[in-house]
Amino acid sequence: MTTSTLVFLLAMTAIFIVFMVLGIFWAIKSGQFDDLDGPAQRILMDEDDPMLPSVADEQADCVTHPK
Amino acid sequence: MCCRGCQAVAQSIVDNGLGAYYQNRTAMPASGHEVLPDELKKLTLYDHPDIQRSFVISAGEHSKEAVLILEGITCAACIWLNERHIRQLDGVLSVEVNYASHRARVSWDERRINLSTILKEIQLLGYNAHPYNAHHADELRKKNKKKDLQRIAIAGIAAAQVMMLAVGLYAGGWYGISADMVVLLRWFSLMLTIPVVTFAAMPFYRSAWSGLKSGHLNMDVPVALAIVTAFVGSLWVTVMGGVHVYYDTIGMFTLFLLSTRMLETGAREKSVEAAENLLKLQPAMAMRIQAGQQDYVPVMQLLMGDLILVKAGEAVAADGIVVEGASSTDESLLTGESRAIPKSVDCTVIAGSMNLESPLIVKVTGVGEDTVLAGIVRLVDKAQAEKPKIAHLADKVASWFTWVILGFALLVGLIWLNVDQAQAFEIVLSVLVVTCPCALSLAVPAALAAAGSHLIKRGILVLRGHAMETLAQVTHVVFDKTGTLTVGRPQIVAIYPLADKSETQSLLIAASLEQTSEHPLARAFMQRVDNQQLLAVSNANNVAGLGISGEIDGVTYTIGNQVYASAGLASDTAQLTNVAAGATLVWLCDATQVIAVFALADTLRADALATITALKERGIGVSILSGDAPQAVAHAALQLGVTDYLAQQPPQAKFEQLQKLQQQGHIVAMVGDGVNDAPVLSGAQVSFAMGSGTDVASQSSDIVLLSSKLTDVVTALDMGKSTLAVMRQNLFWAAAYNLIALPFAAMGYVSPWVAALGMSISSLIVVLNALRLR
Repeated sequence: MTTSTLVFLLAMTAIFIVFMVLGIFWAIKSGQFDDLDGPAQRILMDEDDPMLPSVADEQADCVTHPK
Repeated sequence: MCCRGCQAVAQSIVDNGLGAYYQNRTAMPASGHEVLPDELKKLTLYDHPDIQRSFVISAGEHSKEAVLILEGITCAACIWLNERHIRQLDGVLSVEVNYASHRARVSWDERRINLSTILKEIQLLGYNAHPYNAHHADELRKKNKKKDLQRIAIAGIAAAQVMMLAVGLYAGGWYGISADMVVLLRWFSLMLTIPVVTFAAMPFYRSAWSGLKSGHLNMDVPVALAIVTAFVGSLWVTVMGGVHVYYDTIGMFTLFLLSTRMLETGAREKSVEAAENLLKLQPAMAMRIQAGQQDYVPVMQLLMGDLILVKAGEAVAADGIVVEGASSTDESLLTGESRAIPKSVDCTVIAGSMNLESPLIVKVTGVGEDTVLAGIVRLVDKAQAEKPKIAHLADKVASWFTWVILGFALLVGLIWLNVDQAQAFEIVLSVLVVTCPCALSLAVPAALAAAGSHLIKRGILVLRGHAMETLAQVTHVVFDKTGTLTVGRPQIVAIYPLADKSETQSLLIAASLEQTSEHPLARAFMQRVDNQQLLAVSNANNVAGLGISGEIDGVTYTIGNQVYASAGLASDTAQLTNVAAGATLVWLCDATQVIAVFALADTLRADALATITALKERGIGVSILSGDAPQAVAHAALQLGVTDYLAQQPPQAKFEQLQKLQQQGHIVAMVGDGVNDAPVLSGAQVSFAMGSGTDVASQSSDIVLLSSKLTDVVTALDMGKSTLAVMRQNLFWAAAYNLIALPFAAMGYVSPWVAALGMSISSLIVVLNALRLR
């Protein structure tokens, strides 16, 4: 490996590092580290309404499929 | 379903299509409490612009934003439930609940919804919400946390990159590498390390500098020294040529230290946040009577001579003199007096005491800084300033260690200057780097972080960093009585059936009658019959200050004080003579006879005796300092086997008593809950506040017992002891490692990879040892 290859690789690394630093600073600034437990729990909770059977739905369900 | 309240909550959850809560919850909610219509009415005070000024931010023309503290959150499903429910309210613009701090940031359109409506909706779900007054310190803490994260990010990224380059350098050193490549790798490492040294390691320099200025060498002095010398040395080698560079060590060292300190402050901040959530932001309003008009005004606007109306169940807003009405007030949080104090015309009332029975009209004689309450708070500041300082183990070791290292490095340098001038600089440098006090400086924060996060899980919040170490040295514990050793509320201690009804029957009748009342004595009855079905009462009549009458199954009963209830009925009162001192008697009668007499008194907490015994077993002295009446204090002390007690102590006397103990050489821990305990809590070397106590008490203490369990005091003391033991082991090990490595470095035998390995392993051992704290 020649020195020029190494220079090229190091230059690439430098660019990556700049992006890494910018990325993580943005994440910190936008509050992504403020609540470390929340997102892990939030993903388990379904937010889509069809997943929540309303009282009316449940009753309708019982009529069509008597158990 | 235990009551109609729960049923209403469940109904409103299901009606709103939030039934998934029941599938997702992982912990049962706190047991329900009634939502009183009166409580809901009080929420409308939060809509008052003067009150809102302190916690509401205007985000736009009509949109407002506030932070709410949610009480009663037990698991993630609760948070989801609240978030979903608030979001679907008309007029709410956004809502976001933080899982860790249980705080919700809500913004709403004030034309479409009121803050009180939002609070009411939360209360209808079975939770309790009150606005959080974000103060300056909070803002600063958030900013510091972000800055710390940025420092860790920089140190982490740089350490990872430099480590990779270092692998290349080490491998090159082993297999051979061309000189220009070495130079290239070193320069690149240098570039990466500059932000670490100039930005990430900043807190260490700052702390070391302030330590040096005040003449105390703290742990950050050797840390800063190691970072600076390693960097300057490596820079020298990079520019001038030489054998070793230490960029990888700098990056890793800084990353390690920043992370453990982050964990330590994280554990403490979590405690502080949890404790802040306890502090309720009361609407500081008073009902002022002016020219026959009654209206709510902020307490700050009250003037001397104003007339205010204090309703039953409300706190008195200012010091004053009663001009109309008769009632009794509860001053237990201010004076420690456990019994209600009767107040009639011309009696003085203190700001902060609770009016129990009937409305009072009070003429204001002192507001703000002139109140008795404010006087006690001033005493707190004085006590804080006079608090005896305890020197900390880590700082003692640090100053000793720094001198040894500096002396040794100087000596080695002088010797090598005479032996081989060319090598002298490098060897001195390797001495300083090898002794890089990584493990030594991790020893204390790692133990504190582990102990703090363990205690948090048990509901013990350690608010101040020094508390853990001080706990281990406590020789004497001082308890307050009312609200600390005792429950702080009257409870039924004896039932004397005087007619043909059994104890349970008469209790049931009494509780059924009392369910309409809000008097503290009434609550004691409700507590005793928790799970039983109460009887239906018709024609209930609540006579404030005297008692209640009502009809059950066609029979008319009266309950209350002797004069009101028995109305001259003859009864055999012989058995009542041996009632415990300080008890209040409540009489239950029907039209012809006395059915039963109940004795109510403030009883000891269930775990009080166990706690005192456990403390004595550990050889720790115990005393009681109370503001209550002598008989009541003596009675409690006798039951607990405490011989050293003082009654009727005002805050100032309590504080002087504490100073006397401290002068005798005792290291004193204080446990209290009331405003009157606050000066002693701040003056004691370490102090505990009951979670159920007042805001002033928890703000003045080092540790808050969230669950108000007294045995937690013993748990904390034991944890303090084991934490100190772990700190000692860690410091000993780290110092031993450094001292062993020193001679080898001095003779020039330590190669960089050995130094790096040794540092990592010694740090790892310290951290693992700290994790044993469970």
